[in-house]
Amino acid sequence: MAIVFEKPKSLTDAPFHYCPGCPHGIIHRLVAEVIDELGIDGKTIGVAPVGCAVMAYDYFTCDMIEAAHGRAPAVATGIKRCRPENVVFTYQGDGDLASIGMAETVHSAARNENITVIFVNNAIYGMTGGQMAPTSLPGQVTQTSPYGRDVNHCGWPIRVSEMLATLEGPEYVARVAVNNVKNVRNAKKAIKKAFENQIAGKGFSLVEVVSACPTNWGMTPKAALEWVESDMLPYYPIGVYKDRSAQEAK
Amino acid sequence: MAERILMKGNEAIAEAAIRAGCRHYFGYPITPQTEIAAYMAKRMPKIGGVFLQAESEIASINMVYGAAAAGMRVMTSSSSPGISLKQEGLSYIAGSDVPALVVNVQRGGPGLGGIQPSQSDYFQATKGGGHGDYRTIVLAPASVQEMASLTIKGFDLADKYLMTAMILADGTIGQMMEPITFEDAEIKTYDKPWALTGTEGKRKHNIVNSLYLKPDELEKKNFERFEKYAEIEKCEAMWEDYMMEDAEICVVAFGIASRVAKNAVAAARSEGIKVGLIRPITLWPFPNKAFEAAENVKAFISVELSMGQMIEDVRLATGCRKPVTLCNRTGGMIPSPDEILEAIRNAGKGV
Repeated sequence: MAIVFEKPKSLTDAPFHYCPGCPHGIIHRLVAEVIDELGIDGKTIGVAPVGCAVMAYDYFTCDMIEAAHGRAPAVATGIKRCRPENVVFTYQGDGDLASIGMAETVHSAARNENITVIFVNNAIYGMTGGQMAPTSLPGQVTQTSPYGRDVNHCGWPIRVSEMLATLEGPEYVARVAVNNVKNVRNAKKAIKKAFENQIAGKGFSLVEVVSACPTNWGMTPKAALEWVESDMLPYYPIGVYKDRSAQEAK
Repeated sequence: MAERILMKGNEAIAEAAIRAGCRHYFGYPITPQTEIAAYMAKRMPKIGGVFLQAESEIASINMVYGAAAAGMRVMTSSSSPGISLKQEGLSYIAGSDVPALVVNVQRGGPGLGGIQPSQSDYFQATKGGGHGDYRTIVLAPASVQEMASLTIKGFDLADKYLMTAMILADGTIGQMMEPITFEDAEIKTYDKPWALTGTEGKRKHNIVNSLYLKPDELEKKNFERFEKYAEIEKCEAMWEDYMMEDAEICVVAFGIASRVAKNAVAAARSEGIKVGLIRPITLWPFPNKAFEAAENVKAFISVELSMGQMIEDVRLATGCRKPVTLCNRTGGMIPSPDEILEAIRNAGKGV
């Protein structure tokens, strides 16, 4: 019998620890499929964050390192500057990348550091049990915004992709989502481009993946994906925010 | 015969690092150590190395963490407030067992403090600094020559024991110029099978990590690490004895303070006072053996550019059986030889 669907070779056999309905599994899979398709598993080095994906080092078959909270782009910079022939990627959540690690994010983008950043935005701190994130929506109820995010008290959620696109530095900044089949397919295309850019030496490529957190949003997996469509994507529109090579080709 | 050259202490560190095989430097500007970064910025691109000015001390130590994990000889340098910011990374480096060299050219504190020389980061350097159970090898140069030789030694110790070695210097030694010689010392290299190089499909993936969610695993890891630390305490302590043969009074001082103290000891000897000096070169491991040998000493004086931090280790080293007094200046002030001489005379009255 022909095998029509199998686990990417770049994923280990370790079972994911993620909650039921969590899209991290999908996003890990997309990254692994891209690594497989590009044939780069043997030269890839991944940087895991602090957050739900902290144990990503157990799931990818490539060499891995676990960074301090928010510091993944700095750690990736250190690795890439030593080993420019290797492919280096970070996998970070919104608290990690857009709150405590914002300086590392902005400056690695400004340097056009030749790394690939997978940024999973689910508008909440998942690992610590559902606190307000820098990307939590206005009015969003979390453990630390129990009456809903009051923008007059704690400010507005940050649109990371739009902000980074204002910099001269980065090569490629795109926002995708994984709430339906079409979007998952497009997410994979963007992730593949972000890795191809690095291999071609083009520089900093970030893919923001709008994701869901059924557990901490207090929703069923299905309702959470619907909330992505109805509430997240209007504030965080899908799109390519910067593509220097494409712009220069015009 | 190697050439004698006149160099600043900070530049001697940078040149020695390059000679030790360091090709990756990540830093952030802060007085009084910026000459190290400036030297690296000039030299690294010419020798196929990397100098990168990071956005912060936090980023620079995490770049060091990445580079160390990638198997490279790598360093960063800073001064007191910047070293505080690096503590997070130092804890991760300790918890992941990767080697790095970190230089602290100390200035007065706490807070923004001042930019004049100080030794008030002794506790931070020798007792941990970051969170968790770990140690840092701490080397205290007292001359520009030692800035160079201890940098080379530090890289070797870091690679040998897979941990951070810190050069704990001060603004004076960093800024002053002295003639030094770079001997063509043999640089030992170490196999790093744990390093992140890419698997090339030939081995299971390497993971550099400090997370152990199972407490028994974390405990085991910490026990193992402390066996390594015990070995270092046994084998790597370094110190200098000066006029200690018949000494009844012992001055203990490191770094720039030891230079001033040596003058005071010589002056006191000319007055007939039987005084000597123990100069710890490693602050961790603290050279306890030096104190075991000093059994005829009746009184110790800890001379420090702080409110008295090393004095606690001196008391421990003497088993709290001998009186230990403090002769100190702080905030960027340096004691004169006369101030230390007076402390020696006072100690002599009690002997």
